[in-house]
Amino acid sequence: MKKIFSRPESLRDVPTHYCPGCGHGIAHRLLAQAVDDLGIREKVIGVAPVGCAVVAYDYWNFDCCEAAHGRALAVATAIKRVRPENIVFTYQGDGDLAAIGTNETIHTANRGENLTVIFINNAIYGMTGGQMAPTTLLGQKTATSPRGRNADSEGYPLKISELLAQLPAVKYIERVSLHSPQEVLKAQRAIKQAFQNQIENKGFSLVEILSPCPTYWGMSPDQAVEWVKETMSKEFPLGRIK
Amino acid sequence: MKKILMTGNEAIAEGALQAGCRFYAGYPITPQNELIAYMARHMIEAGGVFIQAESELAAINMVFGASAAGARAMTSSSSPGVSLKQEGISYLAGAELPAVIVNIMRAGPGLGNIWPAQSDYFQATRGGGNGEYRTIVLAPSSVNEAYNLVQDAFDLADKYRIPVMFLGDGILGQMMEPVLAHSQRLSACSRVNQLPAKEWALTGCKGRNPNLAASFRLAEGVLEKHNMHLQQKYNEIRSNEQNYEGLFLDDAQVILVAYGTMSRIAKGAVNRLREKGIKAGLIRPVALWPFPVNAFTQNKKLKIRYLVIEMSYGQMVEDVRLAVNGAWPVDFLGRSGGGVPTEDEIIKRVLF
Repeated sequence: MKKIFSRPESLRDVPTHYCPGCGHGIAHRLLAQAVDDLGIREKVIGVAPVGCAVVAYDYWNFDCCEAAHGRALAVATAIKRVRPENIVFTYQGDGDLAAIGTNETIHTANRGENLTVIFINNAIYGMTGGQMAPTTLLGQKTATSPRGRNADSEGYPLKISELLAQLPAVKYIERVSLHSPQEVLKAQRAIKQAFQNQIENKGFSLVEILSPCPTYWGMSPDQAVEWVKETMSKEFPLGRIK
Repeated sequence: MKKILMTGNEAIAEGALQAGCRFYAGYPITPQNELIAYMARHMIEAGGVFIQAESELAAINMVFGASAAGARAMTSSSSPGVSLKQEGISYLAGAELPAVIVNIMRAGPGLGNIWPAQSDYFQATRGGGNGEYRTIVLAPSSVNEAYNLVQDAFDLADKYRIPVMFLGDGILGQMMEPVLAHSQRLSACSRVNQLPAKEWALTGCKGRNPNLAASFRLAEGVLEKHNMHLQQKYNEIRSNEQNYEGLFLDDAQVILVAYGTMSRIAKGAVNRLREKGIKAGLIRPVALWPFPVNAFTQNKKLKIRYLVIEMSYGQMVEDVRLAVNGAWPVDFLGRSGGGVPTEDEIIKRVLF
């Protein structure tokens, strides 16, 4: 019988440490599939963040680099400038990209670095035990917003993708979600597009992925997926932003 | 070779380019601005990458990425900016990535002022970032020496896969002196090719297993094993890389100890003391880490008195006391906050 579906070569055959229902596993696979489809595995250099995906390099089967919390895009900028023939991406969570690393995010985008950014937005800090993220929704309860996020004292969910879209050097931004097979397929296309842009030297491309975190949302995996669909994607509308 | 008049900051930049440095990221801060400006003018013609970073944090992490990708990489700053780089230096040490970090020291604490100082000795030699790590620390005392020593800094960084701190002060950075420089920029490969290939570098995994540049070692026992490896490497460096200049050590009974700019003033004092018939000498550490303890274990027959002189309130003096280990008295003279001990002050202290 002919094999028509298998694990991408860019994804190692090992169990991950992610919780049941977490979106990282799907996002890792989509990224690995895009790398395989574009035939760039031997040219790719990935930059892993600090956060739940800190050991993403244990799961990806290509060259990878660590970055201090928030500094992935500074690290990636240098790798790409030193080796323009390689394909360089960062994989960052909302705390990494939109809180501690906001400065690097804005300035790397503003320089129009020819990079691919995969931005996982799950509205929470997962690795450290469910604290408030810059993207936490108003009213959402976390370890550090136990009464729910209050706009008066904690401000509003930060729409970093919309902010970045204002910058002239940014070429492509799309927000996708993992809440249904249909949306997962759209996410796959967006990730591939963001790599294709880099291959064609088009410049800074970012895909924001709304991703469930059942453990720290206090939900079952089913409920978490439903929350992304019904609540989170209302605050963070899906589709092409730039 | 030709003689060129240049500032210390420019000499460090040109020396780095001669050493095959092909990546520089920095952020403006006085008194090292001539260095970043020189790199902005000359790095591209050398075929390398120059980036004015958005912050010191970005600059040191760009150096992390460039080094991981196999380039000889450097950043420079002055004291408050170097404080901001400490996290990145700790990561470089943990991931065993070579890099050169220049600190043209100014007075502190805090924003302090822009006058010269040597008050970051502890930060440089003890490791200002988290975790137990060491950096090689080199301290030139003239513009010409800075030009040559920074080239050694890159070789040591690559040889031991370690960040190297290059420590000057505002006087050295700003002062113009003649430099005996190469008349043409050597190709980046001429020095680098003499060293083993960087098989660990991130280049894309074509024809090999994937490489990883990281300091994170979560599994039980793995970090302890790695840290033991680092300690062995540091001990090897302690044995191999002590570097100092000695003056009149054969018969000296009063030995001044000073580094960098301060050592030149101390040298003037030694010569004047000799004219007065006092058997003075000088130990000038060129490497501050590993500290040249061997310089203090010579000539045990003579009765010796040490006088450590610093543009600080007493930092290197602790290393001298550890090296002397109570065998001889160790006195200290220092000023900071922009004050520089003078020849007269040194002589007065010796004669007192």
